Amino acid sequence: MDQHLLSIVLFAPLAGFVVLLLIPGSQKTLIKVWANLVGFAGFLVSLPLVSRFDKGAAGFQFQESADWIPTIGAKYLIGIDGISLLLVMLTTLVGVLAILSSWNAVEYRVKEYYAMFLLLQTGMLGVFVSLDFFLFYVFWELVLVPMYFIIGVWGGPRKLYAAIKFFLYTLAGSVLMLLGILTLYFQYHQQFGKYTFEIANLMKLDMPLALQQWVFWAFFIGFAIKVPMFPFHTWLPDAHVEAPTAGSVILASVLLKMGTYGFIRFSLPLVPKASVNVTIVQVLAVLSIIGIIYGALVSLMQQDWKKLVAYSSVSHLGFCTLGIFAMNPNGLAGSVLQQINHGISTGMLFLIIGVIYERRHTREISEYGGLAHVMPKYAVVFAIAMLSSAGLPLLNGFVGEFTILQGAFEASHVWAAFSVMGVILGAAYLLWLYQRTMLGQVTNGRNLHLPDMSLRELAVFLPLIAWAIWIGVYPKPYFDLLEKPVQQIVERVRPDYYQGGVRAQAAKPSVVQAGAAQ
Amino acid sequence: MNQFYTAADHFVLLPAIMLALFGCAILLFDVWFFPTPKSRKWLLLLVCAGVAFTGYSLWEQQAALAANGLTPLTAFQGSLTIDRLALYFNWVFELATLIVAIVSYNYLEIEGEHHGEYYALLLFAQCGMFFLAAGTDLVTLFVGLELMALCFYVMVGFLRGDKRSNEAAMKYLLLGAFSSGFLVYGFSIMYGLCGSTRLTDVAAAISARDPWDPVVFLATATTAVGLLFKISAAPFHMWAPDAYEGAPTTVTAYLSVASKAASFAFLLRIFLGPLASARASWEPLLVTVAILTMTVGNLAAISQTNIKRLLAYSSISHAGYMLLGLIAGNATGIQGIAVYILVYAFMNLGAFLVVVAMRRKNIIGDDLDDMAGLIYKNPGYAVLMLVFLVSLAGIPPTAGFLAKYYIFLALIETHHYVLAVIATLYVAVAIYYYFRVVKIMFVGEVTEQAPLATSLGLRVALGITGVLTLAIGIYPEPVLHLAQNSFLK
Repeated sequence: MDQHLLSIVLFAPLAGFVVLLLIPGSQKTLIKVWANLVGFAGFLVSLPLVSRFDKGAAGFQFQESADWIPTIGAKYLIGIDGISLLLVMLTTLVGVLAILSSWNAVEYRVKEYYAMFLLLQTGMLGVFVSLDFFLFYVFWELVLVPMYFIIGVWGGPRKLYAAIKFFLYTLAGSVLMLLGILTLYFQYHQQFGKYTFEIANLMKLDMPLALQQWVFWAFFIGFAIKVPMFPFHTWLPDAHVEAPTAGSVILASVLLKMGTYGFIRFSLPLVPKASVNVTIVQVLAVLSIIGIIYGALVSLMQQDWKKLVAYSSVSHLGFCTLGIFAMNPNGLAGSVLQQINHGISTGMLFLIIGVIYERRHTREISEYGGLAHVMPKYAVVFAIAMLSSAGLPLLNGFVGEFTILQGAFEASHVWAAFSVMGVILGAAYLLWLYQRTMLGQVTNGRNLHLPDMSLRELAVFLPLIAWAIWIGVYPKPYFDLLEKPVQQIVERVRPDYYQGGVRAQAAKPSVVQAGAAQ
Repeated sequence: MNQFYTAADHFVLLPAIMLALFGCAILLFDVWFFPTPKSRKWLLLLVCAGVAFTGYSLWEQQAALAANGLTPLTAFQGSLTIDRLALYFNWVFELATLIVAIVSYNYLEIEGEHHGEYYALLLFAQCGMFFLAAGTDLVTLFVGLELMALCFYVMVGFLRGDKRSNEAAMKYLLLGAFSSGFLVYGFSIMYGLCGSTRLTDVAAAISARDPWDPVVFLATATTAVGLLFKISAAPFHMWAPDAYEGAPTTVTAYLSVASKAASFAFLLRIFLGPLASARASWEPLLVTVAILTMTVGNLAAISQTNIKRLLAYSSISHAGYMLLGLIAGNATGIQGIAVYILVYAFMNLGAFLVVVAMRRKNIIGDDLDDMAGLIYKNPGYAVLMLVFLVSLAGIPPTAGFLAKYYIFLALIETHHYVLAVIATLYVAVAIYYYFRVVKIMFVGEVTEQAPLATSLGLRVALGITGVLTLAIGIYPEPVLHLAQNSFLK
């Protein structure tokens, strides 16, 4: 059982998917119940990963290895470290919540809807647990088709445009990434006379800087489109606005993290020389900072509630990539934590929008106002979600952003100065959104008799709120979890970081202390 | 040595004999018994028997090949060679013929053009393909090509009452004859170089000369033009969309898979045989053609409103990808072509089979809009079509990804980075038009209620192609093993 735990977590949704296909489409309630059960079971089986995970051990745990396509050297090789553990837990939790939140939202083609979600779930988990590049690529692409359908079938008025745009952007990026993967694969064969896609093996490669840079840019296109980083972000608002609520939640909470995860797991360790190359780091940092500020400014301008949150993702993900390319323990740990935080907070914000959209079928901010009088529970939940996203101390967002800024400051004072503006602007657009929709008098008669949140709706939010508070109040376990993997990555890209010199001083406020300081 | 027809010759020729015999038997059956609708199923049985006997003789050859340590079997003083490449391609033809035959039965019934000679033509065409894959002599290859092409000219125009079908046949015939002219011209120069039609002699003569020698270049260029016509590479692709659209859909499927595979076998025989030493002169030519082919195929497919035309352009672009394997020219590239041909056979046949099911009494069913809302009407077919389209686009976990994987890897191994980037970006373009079909099937509203034309044969054929397209994608090991053993020495 223990040696196959990760496989069970990975394929539980797929098994549920297969069974779901056998249920006749007319049994809508049965389908909903089954999908919820599978989602919940998927979360439950992933819990032992947490309790049995050994924080102190370096390297990957729960590893499983089997031959898959020996001819080309591809293996079924999975395993997790602290970084992937967090993302896997985020995926299983958000997965079940997204499914639960769809109970009333989806009325037609119910079977296909839940089928797509379960398939998507396996694809996303696969991305986070694969330690074989070929396997990773298969899961990476597997995600595209279900997401295309979720946006394209159950989405808003411009759903088809948004769906194909999402698909084309991501696919164009990932095929270029494939070329990067194949280059590494070929180089390994040149140097060691063996074909393999194993990450651990590919890390032994010794490649000249120029080649590393090409590979880096190939990966960059694939990952940056997914994140999305600044010039590649245009698919995101469309996809978010048109997707159904649960689709937006999954997209924001989990799918975008595949890009940042890619940077951390593949770009940095596999092409370390290119990753610390001054030009590349500068370009990436500048793009991140543009993303942070541009995303926030555009958010300020939005009339559409969902679009505002979508652009806020561009801003928040900018923090995550900035943290990665600060290339120090604080930056990296903060980045991973912020990815989780963004998953929690933005997931909640999209769910919030879903709740009101089911009642009013509009997302125009000007249609609302004074909702706090009509829906007090809703207002409280929204307040928590909004504050956690804005980075209020004692809530999760603060810890992540603070640690990233610490890392950024250590890398460059200028970066930190610019990105702090993003924090301020972030508070501005979120608070203003809250004010326009929740506070004041009820301005629109149609909002007067809206029912407050039901028990099911509350149940969707409670786990996320609890998690947000936990991270905000006591983040130490998370930093403990991230310490080892982050240290490995930093040692890999900057071998001299932990040894003497000026850097030792900088390294002094260790991740743990920084976290405990909260 | 001087014996005209030895036992060894017979053994090598047996598959072709079987195909020809059963083809003639079908013609005779047709004349003697004037098949009534009831007795027509015997025709189908005869085709299946023909394919089975051919398969048996191929199997014997395979066993003989394995027994003698993979030394190729030759016959008729080296004009025919059964090696692993020949056998591999012949298995693909077998499969294509069988699948096309069993779905044609119901389809021709609906078209109202059910005649025995159709099945005979199928077998004769396959007979021509046998010679294309096994021939190692310029004349043998050319006769094989013409035998195959003649059968296709007739089959494309098989719907006598349909203007499109007639027009398609005429266009195909004219352009086909024109391209054969080029090919023969190239062959005649090769013959002039060495006074022999054996590929080995030609190869020796050409390798003795400089690749840029004008005579060699002329021979290369004219032969290449002829061959590129056959695989419908741009700018010699003009016949394909019209022929594909006008032909009966089952014939389109056969044309796009079997004929293309046979032409590729032919192409490999020539380019890896006599022309191998002149690579310097044809590589730039093929690079240009490959880029042009992918561009034309992918860009023209975007604006099509007819599903058969769309698949025609998509098949043009696939020819471009396969050419890339030849351009790379290393072991991975050649293996890539092998995998590509096989995978392409399954996924493209599958896609056309779904189009076959769209043809019902009074509904031609080849317009994109005819597929609207297929998911409501027939979810199974819609999902299968999705699998085929995703695979054609080359997205994992389907078989099509694996085919593209090899091509990309081969390009990287031979440092054709720019080509690799162009080829990968066209995958994104391809997704756009393949998913136009998906969009129509899954999001469109049902426009007409008539149920799809399904038959047992069609369901079986779709089942086989669908399952294999997915299975090869998820567990490709056996197929890769096969392809590796078939092509690499």
